[in-house]
Amino acid sequence: MRKNLNVIAAYSIMMGLIILVGIFQSWNIALSIFNLCLISAVMTMGANIQWGYAGLINFGIMGYTALGGLAAVLISVNPVQEAWSAGGSNILFSLFLIIGMVLAVKYVLKKYEKSKIRTYIIATIIILGIIIIRFISEPGIEAIEAVNPSRTGFLGGFGLPIIFSWIVGALFAGGLAFVIGKVALGLRADYLAIATLLISEIVIAIIKHEDWLTRGVKNVTGLKRPAPYEVNLQQTDWFINLVEKFNTSKLNLISGFAERQSALNQFVIEGSSVFVKLCYSALFLVVVIILLILTQKALYSPWGRMMRAIRDNEEAANAMGKNVVKQHLLIFVLGSAIVGIAGAMLVTQDGLFTPGSYRPMRYTFLIWVMVIVGGSGNNFGAILGGFAVWFLWIEAAPIALFVINLTTSGLADTHFLKQHLIESVPYFRFLMMGIGLLLIMRYRPKGILPEKIEIK
Amino acid sequence: MDLINAIILLLNYIFVPALTYGSQLALGAIFVTLIYGILRFANFATGDMMSFGTMAAILFTWYFQSLGVSLGVLPTALIAIPFAIIFMIFYMLLIDKFVFKYYRNQKSPPVQLAMVSIGVMFVTQAVVRIIIGPSDRRFFDGEKFIIKAGEFKEITGLNEGLAIKSTQVLTILVTLILVSTLFWFLNKTKTGKSMKAYSDNEDLALLSGIDPKKIVMITWIIAGILATIGGTLYGLDKSFKPFTYFNNMLPIFAAAIVGGIGNPFGAFLGGYVIAFSEILLTYAYKKFFMYVLPESMEPGGLVQLLSTDYKFAVSFSILVIVLLYRPSGIFKGKVL
Repeated sequence: MRKNLNVIAAYSIMMGLIILVGIFQSWNIALSIFNLCLISAVMTMGANIQWGYAGLINFGIMGYTALGGLAAVLISVNPVQEAWSAGGSNILFSLFLIIGMVLAVKYVLKKYEKSKIRTYIIATIIILGIIIIRFISEPGIEAIEAVNPSRTGFLGGFGLPIIFSWIVGALFAGGLAFVIGKVALGLRADYLAIATLLISEIVIAIIKHEDWLTRGVKNVTGLKRPAPYEVNLQQTDWFINLVEKFNTSKLNLISGFAERQSALNQFVIEGSSVFVKLCYSALFLVVVIILLILTQKALYSPWGRMMRAIRDNEEAANAMGKNVVKQHLLIFVLGSAIVGIAGAMLVTQDGLFTPGSYRPMRYTFLIWVMVIVGGSGNNFGAILGGFAVWFLWIEAAPIALFVINLTTSGLADTHFLKQHLIESVPYFRFLMMGIGLLLIMRYRPKGILPEKIEIK
Repeated sequence: MDLINAIILLLNYIFVPALTYGSQLALGAIFVTLIYGILRFANFATGDMMSFGTMAAILFTWYFQSLGVSLGVLPTALIAIPFAIIFMIFYMLLIDKFVFKYYRNQKSPPVQLAMVSIGVMFVTQAVVRIIIGPSDRRFFDGEKFIIKAGEFKEITGLNEGLAIKSTQVLTILVTLILVSTLFWFLNKTKTGKSMKAYSDNEDLALLSGIDPKKIVMITWIIAGILATIGGTLYGLDKSFKPFTYFNNMLPIFAAAIVGGIGNPFGAFLGGYVIAFSEILLTYAYKKFFMYVLPESMEPGGLVQLLSTDYKFAVSFSILVIVLLYRPSGIFKGKVL
């Protein structure tokens, strides 16, 4: 108990801050911060597995997040029958061709010795394959995108409950990570960082521009929800009664019946959105707790010890007979899969998929700040980092506004400097993140909650 | 005649733009490679440092414009550049003193320095956006074209016009002058040679009495010059927007690695490799084939290998291929 005191203290402070937001701003804001904190925590756990456990640098988090989001769309949206009949066969045929191409390349790789001729054969297969696939898929894609372009214009999904997408998102991200890992994991740390960053940009480019699959920058809105809708809640009796019970003391102060009714309505509207957010919180909390238990178990298992050995001295671990390449690939896939879950959760919560919003600052570098600030190698640290950094990211603007008003209180409201500073309040969050990261890296390089290895 | 038309077409839409874009990338890539070769880390703040330098140039340009100073046909930004460079070098040395120096003395691993550069990236990005804002800005003034497409058609009597913007010529000229001076400096002067020695083998260089502090300072100064000029030329040619500059970091990295990271000449050529392949692969050749081929063989589609949306993807694919088959780059890296 005693040795975990700092963990408990740090988390209590964090929860206290969120509760303060609830009291002073509103419970709606507090809960939406809390939900995104939970999603961030899932992402940081994924990054932490790769960086903290194994020392693998992955700047492609944005790509996996977007793939998770894509999974949410593909699972939950109802299939667009017209689009399928218009161009589905072409797309399916192209898909088979791609599989065939991959198999052919694999066959060549296996059958022939490494030589120049083999490289040329593979290059020919790929180039020919791409040309043929373009010829076949192009009419299909055009037909699909022509189907009611303002509302659909894409193939749609499977029409399943969106919760399933959390698993599918993990599979998607893990699959991509497997391919990238096979290709890039042999690179030096900084090359790997750059390569993953670039690959994630390619993923985003594909998602943005393949409209037949994702609707691209036209966005997919109105996704299914795992939680009830506010409008429905506001008309359910048990919910109205619940809200009434919660607010009896306030309602009793109001005398007139009509005023009481309108106040109650107000409470019900506010309450419904809080209730929906609470539903999400519960779902996300379950995911975070399950992942936390699994990652903690893994960290203290023989496998976790092996990963740390590999991280701290690759050659020695290799000499002890550990398959470094295989383990690196495994952990790369696992970490990315967790990020994929987070991506699907994010889209589930928003109810919309906007490929244009995936930017490396928000989805790659911010997550890295979270991991480094929280404490790499320590799951509790990573989660705390997710909470603290996201909280600061959201509350940075109000804090900056407060500080600006305080420091420029001597200036008139119309002074150009004051106006300019107030206009640029949103960018102070970058400043805070940067300075925070630099300070932590300088004075507490292991993060707020450093890695602590105890042999149990 | 058709053949000449086809050549002019390619010159106008591929060669000149790619040469310009390549020069801009090349300056950034040399910046990355210098930092990598001497300070030994991948600088993720590259794009934002360039945008910082450009911001300084824009502010000075505005100041000169308000004073009524102008260069006539040339953009005012040219007078602003030297002042911007001084400002930029000051900023770079400040960052080095307060941020990077500590880790250098600690002999931290390159990955840690790269993480620190992410912190610098956040801070620089914030400073730029707070000072000048995130919006798109054009600060070009003076004569826009050297040859206009219409004039070219009139003079030559061809169907295809060739438009050359003054910023394009300016970019290419300035890049050539700057890069040749830099290579002269690195290869011929004592300081330049000691920089190469330091990059090649730090311990040996220290043993032979090379002052590391001086080397680091000169590296930052050169980096500041490259970043400011590269960024300003890009801004003059296209426009200044902090987010675009941040994104430019990616093709710049690609250029530096393709050329062999740590090798300035490789980075210089890498910039053009990336620029040309980006533009060659995404250009729609329909019109070109219309000129070259007889009428019966005219292509139906756009004859575009990749849609322009995948411009970035091209440079990344090249990078991935190079990383896989020649991790040291096309021109062996890690010797300055």
